[in-house]
Amino acid sequence: MRYLLVEDNIQLAKAVSDRFALEGHAVDHAVSLSEAKEFMALTTYQLILLDIMLPDGDGRSFLRLHRVNKNKTPVIILTARSEVSDRINLLDLGADDYITKPFDFRELEARCRAVLRRQDGLADNTLQIAGTILDTLEGSLKIGDKVERLRNRELRLIEIFFSSPNKIFSKNHLMDRLFSFSEEVSENAIEVYVGRLRKKLEKSDVRIETIRGLGYRFVVEK
Amino acid sequence: MTLIIQTGSIQRRLALQLSIVAGILSFTLFMLIQVVAERAAMDTQDNILKASAASIADALYTENGIVRLELPYSALSMLGTISQDRVFYRVLFKGETLTGYDDLPLQNENSLTNKSKFSTFRYKGEEVRSIMLKRSIGVNGAFSDAVIIVAQTRLGLNLISQKITRTATAIGVVFFLFGTGLSVWAANIALTPLNRIAIAVSRRGPKDLRPVTGTSPLELKPLVDALNSFILRLKSSLLRSEDFISEAAHRVRTPLATVRTQAEVIHRSLNKSKNKTALREMIRAIDESSRSAGQLLDHAMVNFRADQFEVNTVNLPELVRDVCERLSPLAGLKDIVINIQSQESDMSFQGDTILLQNALRNILDNAIKYSPDDSEISVNCFRNEKFVISFQDSGRGFSGIDHTDRFTRGTNVSDVIGSGLGLTIANDVAIAHGGSLFINDSKKGVGSCVSLVLPI
Repeated sequence: MRYLLVEDNIQLAKAVSDRFALEGHAVDHAVSLSEAKEFMALTTYQLILLDIMLPDGDGRSFLRLHRVNKNKTPVIILTARSEVSDRINLLDLGADDYITKPFDFRELEARCRAVLRRQDGLADNTLQIAGTILDTLEGSLKIGDKVERLRNRELRLIEIFFSSPNKIFSKNHLMDRLFSFSEEVSENAIEVYVGRLRKKLEKSDVRIETIRGLGYRFVVEK
Repeated sequence: MTLIIQTGSIQRRLALQLSIVAGILSFTLFMLIQVVAERAAMDTQDNILKASAASIADALYTENGIVRLELPYSALSMLGTISQDRVFYRVLFKGETLTGYDDLPLQNENSLTNKSKFSTFRYKGEEVRSIMLKRSIGVNGAFSDAVIIVAQTRLGLNLISQKITRTATAIGVVFFLFGTGLSVWAANIALTPLNRIAIAVSRRGPKDLRPVTGTSPLELKPLVDALNSFILRLKSSLLRSEDFISEAAHRVRTPLATVRTQAEVIHRSLNKSKNKTALREMIRAIDESSRSAGQLLDHAMVNFRADQFEVNTVNLPELVRDVCERLSPLAGLKDIVINIQSQESDMSFQGDTILLQNALRNILDNAIKYSPDDSEISVNCFRNEKFVISFQDSGRGFSGIDHTDRFTRGTNVSDVIGSGLGLTIANDVAIAHGGSLFINDSKKGVGSCVSLVLPI
């Protein structure tokens, strides 16, 4: 999916872009409102991440214009201001959600997902490997006729596997992607989720292999 | 007494003082009636005595050079009209008793100059009032003085005097009671404006910073003005601190966001678990400080907003759903499911949407923060005698801490780091709406249930 990030803090923008790229999303970065308008004229985005205080204007006026033009692309506000009246205004102006800086990337991702899920008639969000269909927005796994609901962490874990089949992921890497920093988790916690996924994938042609001492790998059964 | 006057109510004090005045006036009135009435009674007796003496004097006549007296019956009977009083008389001519009680004493004769003289003295064991009247009678061409003394006991007069005393007492008492009643009423009336202002000031909540309006009497104007200017200063100082917190939060948050994101990126690229742990700690500290900044801001906002309470009709289930939806991505990160059960009808509440939203968000945020992975938070929104919105989690509970303390700023479960403001905010909002916040059960491990209770 293609996101537009409007943020004048270069380091923050770069870090956010990098993280989204890792999740398999393309992010275009605009440092100002005028640049954002140029980007939007060129292509369509599935989601816009908008900072409020920008060098050439207020993100809120951009948002108002965006809605007046009947542009349906969902907008999530990134704000450091956190007066609550502000929050209310933002939602009134047509923002779909907001997140206060500094944010946990996982939370931002979860909010993006929630906003996109609310959006109807979106492009295909399914990934398919060997007859197993993963709907990343719905959070469901379709094996044959059977649909398995996935919980948040299961979904995030299987997304990682779906993005790079046959690649070995270390436990550490998976943990970083799955757990927020505020959680104190042991390395074995990942095994619980791998175990759950294996159970849900039992009837499918794909499985998660354990590579001793290295981590896990997602493979198609021959 | 001075203590009562200094610390007691002004109204009571005023009423007391006015009553004392009424008492003094009543007593004076009593005395006045007594004196005047007794005087009048005495004058009546004196007049009768005088008439009696005069009629005796008129009955004196000379016959053949001898002074004679035909004592008229009326002269004594007119005295008898008052009561059972005894009457004495003595008629002297040339110093010799013609008739009557010859031991009835003569008063200082020299001062008697053809006039009557009244006096009071004891005679035959009783107090008598007497009149001495001198009349010149010519005998054989020469005039000599005849002295007539008529005395009467004072039983009747005393009886009248007793009657007068009773009447005067009754009048005095009635007057006193009436005066006291008037005093209480007057004190009440006089203090009405003061009471009105006192009620206006005391009825407002601790956070109501509107100036005291309404008319105030001249004497109270300096006080009211001082109070209003004090309120104004307090308000502007609150506003300033509000701005300050808001500004500070903003200034702190932006760089924190950069630091956090960068740290996250570095964390990913690191391989040594020791470094990773250190960076983890750092990111956690950043998260905590930003959460605290948010709560501080919320707290300031709630305090500020409670002053300018904006009442509108809030659909509670809708508000609860909004808040839950807003926080569900956060809950999803820990695979926490939020279950909402709510009664749909009759759930309109008159309150401040933003304040209520804040309270609910902080309670839920708390519940999510302290809930374990893969758990459930049940949100219940219903109405019985009051509106109840409860959040049941399966977190660690609030054991080891006094529940009432839980709502004071900065109190926390002993080993948890945090501003401890979340529930303080919710509690403040509850109080601002005339409701309350309860932590219901918190058996260790079972979780806890935080309920926001609002009046209907």
